[in-house]
Amino acid sequence: MSETMTHDAHHEEHPTGIKRWLFTTNHKDIGTLYLWFSFTMFMLGGVMALVIRAELFQPGMQIVDPNFFNMMTTLHGLIMVFGAIMPAFVGLANWQVPMMIGAPDMALPRMNNWSFWILPFAATMLVAPMFFGGDFMSGQGPAFGWTFYEPLSGQYQHLAFFVFAIHLLGFSSIMGSINIIATILNMRAPGMTLMKMPMFVWTWLITAFLLIAVMPVLAGAVTMMLTDRYFGTSFFDAAGGGDPVLFQHIFWFFGHPEVYIMILPAFGVISEIIPTFARKKLFGYASMVYAVASIAFLSFIVWAHHMFTVGMPVAGELYFMYATVMIAVPTAVKVFNWATTMWRGSMTFETPMLWAIATVFLFTIGGFTGLMLGVAPADFQYHDTYFVVAHFHYVLVSGALFGIIGGVMYWLPKWTGNMYSETLGKWHFWLTMIGMNLTFFPMHFTGLAGMPRRYADYPLQFAEFNQLSTIGAFIFGFSQLLLLYVVIKCIKGGEKATDRVWEGSHGLEWTLPSPAPYHSFNTAPEVK
Amino acid sequence: MSFKHNNIMTKSLVLLSLWLGAAGQSLAESKFNFQEPVNQIGRDIYDLHMLVFWICVVIGVGVFGMMIYSIFTHRKSKGAVASDFHESAKVEVVWTIIPFLILIAVAIPATKTLIELEDTSDADMTVKVTALQWKWKYDYGNGVTFISSLHPDHNEARRRNSGVDVTKIEHYLLEVDNQLVLPINKKIRFLVTSDDVIHSFWVPKFAMKKDAIPGYVNETWTTIEKEGVYRGQCTELCGQDHAFMPIVVNAKNENDFNAWMDQQKTASAAAAAEAASDKVWSEADLVARGESIYMGKGGCFGCHGANGEGVAIFPKLAGSAIANGDAAKHIDVVVNGVAGSAMAAYSGQLNDLELAAVITYERKAWGNNASVVQPADIKAAR
Repeated sequence: MSETMTHDAHHEEHPTGIKRWLFTTNHKDIGTLYLWFSFTMFMLGGVMALVIRAELFQPGMQIVDPNFFNMMTTLHGLIMVFGAIMPAFVGLANWQVPMMIGAPDMALPRMNNWSFWILPFAATMLVAPMFFGGDFMSGQGPAFGWTFYEPLSGQYQHLAFFVFAIHLLGFSSIMGSINIIATILNMRAPGMTLMKMPMFVWTWLITAFLLIAVMPVLAGAVTMMLTDRYFGTSFFDAAGGGDPVLFQHIFWFFGHPEVYIMILPAFGVISEIIPTFARKKLFGYASMVYAVASIAFLSFIVWAHHMFTVGMPVAGELYFMYATVMIAVPTAVKVFNWATTMWRGSMTFETPMLWAIATVFLFTIGGFTGLMLGVAPADFQYHDTYFVVAHFHYVLVSGALFGIIGGVMYWLPKWTGNMYSETLGKWHFWLTMIGMNLTFFPMHFTGLAGMPRRYADYPLQFAEFNQLSTIGAFIFGFSQLLLLYVVIKCIKGGEKATDRVWEGSHGLEWTLPSPAPYHSFNTAPEVK
Repeated sequence: MSFKHNNIMTKSLVLLSLWLGAAGQSLAESKFNFQEPVNQIGRDIYDLHMLVFWICVVIGVGVFGMMIYSIFTHRKSKGAVASDFHESAKVEVVWTIIPFLILIAVAIPATKTLIELEDTSDADMTVKVTALQWKWKYDYGNGVTFISSLHPDHNEARRRNSGVDVTKIEHYLLEVDNQLVLPINKKIRFLVTSDDVIHSFWVPKFAMKKDAIPGYVNETWTTIEKEGVYRGQCTELCGQDHAFMPIVVNAKNENDFNAWMDQQKTASAAAAAEAASDKVWSEADLVARGESIYMGKGGCFGCHGANGEGVAIFPKLAGSAIANGDAAKHIDVVVNGVAGSAMAAYSGQLNDLELAAVITYERKAWGNNASVVQPADIKAAR
């Protein structure tokens, strides 16, 4: 995106070529790096998903061996969570937070650079063992599920690679979060009180606190695995007096807030998009903020609902059931608020609005199945089946990912100065919608009928729905090449974007020229 | 709301099921919903599941209906002008309280069912279930104990490039060599544990699922109302053959069950006596027994390959230093396992004769040529 540089005539020289990207401390460049890294990981994790779906197209083992299959499910999950979704949101935050609060840049630019450049190394370390071993099919990548439950993960011969990859990913997330918090709390334009901040900024502020709270817990868990393996401790080894269930408690104390880390910024994005295209203020701003804060708080006290079958005391199961279903209340408030924002608006349906509406519809389906899963006795039947796979893909694909794509389309004209192709954008949207639902909706049925997840092969009665899922997955996967084309085409040129870009746009970022200048606000704007 | 009379979803989807090719199988078995439970707790859980499902449907119709109406009506192209309302304390309080009340209404039956589900008291009999990579060991507590693995035919067919059309295999991946036989109309308590990694013991029609965790003995229970064969699978990722360790329960009436149990007691006493005798076996006998253990009960071929060639990251045995070297080392690996690897300790799974046979087989097959191991050698090594 070298065009942005030309608008920076009033400022000092900065390096060009590879040095520009390696040494950059600019929030927009770093945001761009994050977003391209995320897209690369999205493609890599997507190819792995297609290997999974191709193997499951029919019963019997046709393409890969079971160990390779498990490696695919494991790396697909880890790469999508830590490589695609989380960096994409940090990328959006880097681009948007300074522009939305009226700041020139992020508060801690050098740390910003570092937090990004850790990521490619972490991802390499995670994936590298795939290429150890004689031939490709005997790759030695992690094959114990993205939740890496002990003691199965303890059997992994390259455990140190995995542990240090997670440590690095954690460092990156923590540094990114500190930066975002420091920026939001210190660099808001005069007059922008907390309760005047855009919803995207609010959701990221809360998400950043979640990250700082739980990434060290994850680091602790993997460090204990490391010392169990190489230094003779027995934190998780029953034979040495340790406790494999303790691992799950620690993991999910991280893992449940992690789910909200991946969804709250998406809530923020669609809370920006819907009012713009409904030409109407967000309904219930204050209750939206309180709802996000409540969800974040509740996310810390519900973790063991992932563990109803481990043999907890019945009192514990009851508590975790009650606490879990409580999350439905603030979540419902948010959905009602979005629907009411649309109500009696004056809507148009440009591509970002399509993504935002799809997010509300499909995330709500994921929310419904989440409520079903939270009801403990029924969870004993759902647990570890494809019903769960359907549930979390409705939340993370049509919640988090759709939110990200919606955000990219929404702000792309501001970033590049050009409008994207509305026709192609809509094609991409509809193909993705069809592919996504064809992939994941049938999984509700296969799961209820009894197909366990993480299965390389399955009994015959699940064949038809698996076939549908595979067809859907290939449509979904290949449609993303169209996204790549739409974005590159928009970077290279197109109809010039106005400063406001959208008729109903609101907020400080739209007062800047398109494309936005290299240093967003050199003079702080006044917010009334 | 009983399962049979009120299963609206199943009924309304019969046509769709036909399209999906369910006609050949039992039409009663939905491809869209739970398998029909065979006990009261299963029906209670099913009812709870459907209750929450219909609540979600009603809320969904309301919210989605409003959004869809709005999408088609409140659009700029139809001349809609945006209102400027953006908050209403009354509305917001109402739609916070209503979901809360719905949740309380769900929590009451859920609490009742959960307490019942976890009540393992007053059981008529107990079966200990031990999970192993990748098979189940059942122990009735009266000396009758056996290992249940995926049926050898299925195990052969499921291998990549096996050349077998798996769609022609009845109950593909849901058949075992030794079924778990249980009596009907008894409260059966299961003590569930594991010898290696975490597994999970699940039979969908019993609405019973419990994790098998090393160092823990978890409890669960079931009753079975009808004779028949019930099939389940492992539901916690336990390594490469996670998908290949089914649970098959054969539920018999009391007389048949007792007859089966007597037969088992006699057979297991005979097998124990044979293994404990100091008889010296011929190489041919040991190799023949060893091969069937390698390919069956022991499940060795899963990692080491049917021809000792190794699978993926797991070592090959054909030509290996251990299988061609000192017998004491080979015995140690098989009997005690290898710490920090997927190689399990087989001391608790196989008796002395079986261990001697499978080790001898590994030392004689696929071009290997090392000493014969006798049951007495195993006894000495334990």
